[in-house]
Amino acid sequence: MELNEVFEKVKGLFVEDLGIDESKVTMEAKLEEDLEIDSLGIVEVVMAFEDEFEIEIDDDELADVSTVGQAVQLLHSKI
Amino acid sequence: MSKRRVVVTGLGTINPLGNNVSDTWNNLIKGVSGIDHITSFKTDELPVTFAGEVKNFDANEYMGKQHARKLDRSGHLSIYATEEALKDANLDTEQRLGNGVGIVFGTGIGGIGATEQAVRTYDERGASRINPLAITQLMPNSSTGQVAIKFGIEGPSLTITTACAASANAVGEAKNMIQNGIVDMVIAGGTESGTTAMTIGAFAQIRALSTNNKNPKEACKPFDKDRDGFVMGEGSTVLIMESEESAINRGANIYGYVAGYGASTDAHHITAPAEGGKGAVDAMKKALFDAQLTPDDIDYINAHGTSTPANDKNETAAIKTVFGEKAYDVNISSTKSMTGHLLGGGGAFESLVSLLSLKNNIIPPTINLNNPDKECDLNYTPNIALEKDLSTAMSNSFGFGGHNGALVFKKN
Repeated sequence: MELNEVFEKVKGLFVEDLGIDESKVTMEAKLEEDLEIDSLGIVEVVMAFEDEFEIEIDDDELADVSTVGQAVQLLHSKI
Repeated sequence: MSKRRVVVTGLGTINPLGNNVSDTWNNLIKGVSGIDHITSFKTDELPVTFAGEVKNFDANEYMGKQHARKLDRSGHLSIYATEEALKDANLDTEQRLGNGVGIVFGTGIGGIGATEQAVRTYDERGASRINPLAITQLMPNSSTGQVAIKFGIEGPSLTITTACAASANAVGEAKNMIQNGIVDMVIAGGTESGTTAMTIGAFAQIRALSTNNKNPKEACKPFDKDRDGFVMGEGSTVLIMESEESAINRGANIYGYVAGYGASTDAHHITAPAEGGKGAVDAMKKALFDAQLTPDDIDYINAHGTSTPANDKNETAAIKTVFGEKAYDVNISSTKSMTGHLLGGGGAFESLVSLLSLKNNIIPPTINLNNPDKECDLNYTPNIALEKDLSTAMSNSFGFGGHNGALVFKKN
């Protein structure tokens, strides 16, 4: 799957499942500051990613993920 | 030194009769039933298929999906009712209320809908798929915390879980906080959204609910000979309570005074009231004493009046014990006949009813009261609202666990 396709899927999850405003979801957007996804929300996001892409994500893989782009890169590397 | 007087300067509510104070009051005095067949979930497997649901309320539309999905429905209703109450009290909902304002909320079963959903997910998909927001939605203090966050309430906070007495206790404890000078203003309220499949099924198992599935609007008939149980309702009601001095200083509109509060415990049985309503008697007497009033001073009693055989009989006996001969004169009504039983949200809602009755000089009726019961022989204001000059009102709330709360309200 191309990086761009992963981004579109991630964007879809953020907008449809989490109710986040579509215009805010860019590769540069910061999960906490820009999208208001707090520590509880991150767990939801991970669950949504795992279901959508049929992968498993360990908590320590998330240590360096703070933007949408970084999340997309991580997912891309695991698919 | 005389105690500080406590007033109510704002009201907000969302309940089976209306999604604001004005619609609710109009339906109360018209004797409208807010009870109907359940529409929010399938009832095929349930012995009871009706309830008092909140209607025409979409939390996603009201607060946006991203915020709404973090809360149980009881939380949505709490924030909605609080916003109306704050605006009604002429307070700015865009500014944080700060550490001079407290919050006391009552609820019987908190985010029970979120609990049910989390258990379902666990059974179907395992532990790793439980909603990470489940705990923060289901904990009984969820509404208290969420309302505090939304409006920046930084003073003391309490969540009271004395079942169906919870928000009567909340209003009472809020009064004490203000009277004792701890804070000048408290957001006091109650919330409940127990109109869920498991909750209705479980209450039905203890034969607490009416099973009149064919005629939901006529099912709740407090004090009637044919009453066969309570009807589940949902909703939230909030009162802005403050010291009289604070209200006058900011030029606020005053609905009335929270003049007396009495609480007691049956210490008898986990669901059944003590014979003759001994705990209820104690609560009413304490509330009168606290208000420095006598039974002769009370113009209206908003009864607990659940429509269960045991409550209505024992509450009637308790009123007779406290009021003596006056019991036959005083106007009583149970507005649960129209809303159903809002459980932990009931006491705050019925405080609102008492205050609006005083303000408008109208007593809402007990609807569906057609066949008198010889054990319930007082004046329950059957079926038609009554216009009458009113100065004082009492509101009773009793909960599973044997918890009793009585409140006295004064117009001046």
